Amino acid sequence: MSYVRLVDVTKRFGEVTAVNKLNLEIAKGECFSMLGPSGCGKTTTLRMVAGFEDLDDGEIHVGERLLSSKKKGYYLPPEKRDFGMVFQAFAVWPHLSIYENVAFPLRIRKLPSAEIDSRTKTALKATNLLDVAKKSPEDLSGGGKQRVALARALAINPDVMLLDEPLSSLDPHLREEMRFEIKDLQRQFGFSIIYVTHDQAEAMALSDRILVMKLGVVQQIDTPMNIYRRPANKFVFSFIGLHNFLEVERKEGAYRLLAGEALDKNLTPPQDLATEARLTLASRPSEIDFVDDGGISGRVIRKSFLGEFVDYQITVGEQTVRVQKGRRTQGPEKDENCRLQLLHPVWYKVDE
Amino acid sequence: MSPTSPTSSAIKKDSGFGAAQIILTLSIGILVVVVAVPVLLIFLNAFWDNNNDFNLAAVVKVLSEPDTYQALLNSIIIACGTTLGSTAVGTFFAWLVTRTDLPYKKFMKGMFLVPFMLPSFIGALAWKMLLSPRAGYINRFFMDTLGFDNPIFNIYSYAGIVMVEIMYLFPFVFIQVCGALEHMDPTLEESARISGAGLGTITRKITIPLVLPSILSGALLIMLYSMAHFGTVAVLGIENGIFNIPTLIYEKIHQSAGSFESIRTGTVLASVLVITAAFIIWMQNKILGKGRYQIIAGKSFRPMELKLRGLRIPLLIFCLAYIGFTIVLPTAVIFLVGALPTYGLPFTLENLSLENYKFILFDFKVTRDAIFNSVTLGLAAALITMFAGVMISYVIVKMKVRGKGILEFLGMLPFSVPGSVIALGVILAWSGKFGINLYNTVWIILVAYIARYMAFSLKANSAALEQVHDSLVEAARACGATMWQALRDIVLPLVRPGMLAAFFLIFLPSLRELTVSIMLYAPTTRTIGVAIYTLNEDGETVRSAAMAGVALILIIVGQTLINRFTAKHKR
Repeated sequence: MSYVRLVDVTKRFGEVTAVNKLNLEIAKGECFSMLGPSGCGKTTTLRMVAGFEDLDDGEIHVGERLLSSKKKGYYLPPEKRDFGMVFQAFAVWPHLSIYENVAFPLRIRKLPSAEIDSRTKTALKATNLLDVAKKSPEDLSGGGKQRVALARALAINPDVMLLDEPLSSLDPHLREEMRFEIKDLQRQFGFSIIYVTHDQAEAMALSDRILVMKLGVVQQIDTPMNIYRRPANKFVFSFIGLHNFLEVERKEGAYRLLAGEALDKNLTPPQDLATEARLTLASRPSEIDFVDDGGISGRVIRKSFLGEFVDYQITVGEQTVRVQKGRRTQGPEKDENCRLQLLHPVWYKVDE
Repeated sequence: MSPTSPTSSAIKKDSGFGAAQIILTLSIGILVVVVAVPVLLIFLNAFWDNNNDFNLAAVVKVLSEPDTYQALLNSIIIACGTTLGSTAVGTFFAWLVTRTDLPYKKFMKGMFLVPFMLPSFIGALAWKMLLSPRAGYINRFFMDTLGFDNPIFNIYSYAGIVMVEIMYLFPFVFIQVCGALEHMDPTLEESARISGAGLGTITRKITIPLVLPSILSGALLIMLYSMAHFGTVAVLGIENGIFNIPTLIYEKIHQSAGSFESIRTGTVLASVLVITAAFIIWMQNKILGKGRYQIIAGKSFRPMELKLRGLRIPLLIFCLAYIGFTIVLPTAVIFLVGALPTYGLPFTLENLSLENYKFILFDFKVTRDAIFNSVTLGLAAALITMFAGVMISYVIVKMKVRGKGILEFLGMLPFSVPGSVIALGVILAWSGKFGINLYNTVWIILVAYIARYMAFSLKANSAALEQVHDSLVEAARACGATMWQALRDIVLPLVRPGMLAAFFLIFLPSLRELTVSIMLYAPTTRTIGVAIYTLNEDGETVRSAAMAGVALILIIVGQTLINRFTAKHKR
């Protein structure tokens, strides 16, 4: 059941197409993340949903309501869209108390004062701010300010919550904590989330589905698990986690490393790629095992102890591979030879 | 007591008495001689009588004399009127050029800053020519051509003075509010919008409150300036007996040729100015320290623009009319009157000639001397103040030495001492009291300029120095440079833009300086400002206008060159 619908949404800034023909359906109560490097169009998309940017083409619907449509020349301003939104830079108003910050959207809607008070308090309670309600948001730390912004967005009990990199301004440990708080609030209030981030761990932890974008074009929309295990292309593979790309070529019916040895017989590309002369074999550093025989041979050129795990830099033929193993796993030493087995490699076209 | 840690003692020994102490002593010395002593002498003269007794009753007596009392009142009336008016005008235009879809906003913004470089007393002169009750061109047009019985506006009035001051002072608020609005994090307003507020509500409840500290700080600056402002009131007020504090000080000192009584009145009035100014500065620091919110953020999308719709063209016409009326018209009048043989003739082609300009530039010794004096004084003051300023700022911003507190206090002084006070102070200090008599020489003006413009230099240089992180110097020291070498090779090159800014900030205003020079000039040491003012006083209106025209050209050419120069060196 799709609730938020984007149809052929396009946005241009001068010559640059920031978002190109984006189609998207988000279900009620879903947590949906948009992930990508800066300049990929994720924030622009969110701002079009919010109404801060008009579209150059396409339509945006929420439920039965049309929000923007280029064809119909229709555009509902942000203040009429009834969304909650949280920004990266907190954007809490320093001249108002925490309570007044949260009550602001309710006052704008001219609700009866008893209702304003009870709803403000509900939002403050949900974000653990009730005790400091009278203080100025300037007295709070970054995490506290972002809680005020969340409470303010919650106050009108919106169906859709737009979060624009809400955790990027926070310390790493606080970031992890706030992830769970946002998830808890969603469970409690039942809103849909559209979440913009460049942090893949954040997107993985929060989302039901993730959209990966590059230069305004959708690369993949899928569950976190599928995005990680079956990235649609090399870009997605490299954007999600650490990666090794090994170039291989087909010679005399067998696949071998570029100017190197042959691969295991059981390592074969999927049917649709079988015609390609050259391919890329992608693997995660944590999904490579040291084996006694089989696999491909390599030589350790760097071994560093990183605490939880050990990081190896290994040359195979003319290419290098990065391997990470738990600190208790026995592995070769620097300058030793070893054999590597790729556990769940994925095949891609070279120029993909 | 715990033993001193080895590092701190090592640092002390190293920077030792040598460099640090010499710089500190020199800095304190300069500020004491140039600023503190004159101000101190003013207070001494005001509050202690001939018998060296503290005498508050005499001060009260001076203040309750009708003309001093009236001058105090006038200063307050004019300052309040000017502040209110300028704040309204400045805030409105700032909002218009930053937050609406007004056409030609960039051009407008530039134009609204033009009054910054125009001397207000030249503006006052122009408005006198336009709106003096009997002779002013506009009034005459209404009476002679349109058959009005009375002049439509008398510029020799409180309203006239306030109007002219607003025209030249509103940029102080304009530039502050523009800066705040431009740098404000747009998400502060966007989050109000997504909360359901329309643009009107956002402006009222979010935008204005957030930029209120900037508005207030600009307003206080105008208040400070207007209280101590000489030129406009001197040109427009004296005719009708309207004196404010600086013009009365000038009148007293000039008329009674330095008698004890007049010095006494002058110092009491000057003390009032200093105390008021100090209070205003204190208020401003309080507002800026506490009230200025952190509203600046990194990630910036374009802020929303209010669509003016039907008001777009009327507001454009209004802005253009304002610019035409307050900037173009007075400037044109100055040049045109400067081209007439006698003031009052119509501006017909056969009446206009370059005679006056030729006379002023080539034949008239007084004006030629004045131009020479102003340029050399400006250059000398700018150079000296620039170097002294960078040294003093360095001590205040960077050095960790004992005795810095005194310097910080002394460094605040130049900001709160108005021009006429400095003039009076240097008269007291440099008229032979300490064995040096500079009175009636060009040197006394130079000393006064240095005191007057020290604040500009300190401001520009400390801003530049604050950008130079301590670790840069520490890195140089770690590479084996001595403190002097680190200063010369690292700090100086990095603050050079700040020093240049200070130089220009001093040189240009000194070309048009009036308040200080008018109190200190001798027959051969007139400055450009003094020449214009005295010619006008003597009824030589056309020559005064021609001289003002020459000054305007000098200023505009200078400003353009500087803008070119700084634009090139910005990167």
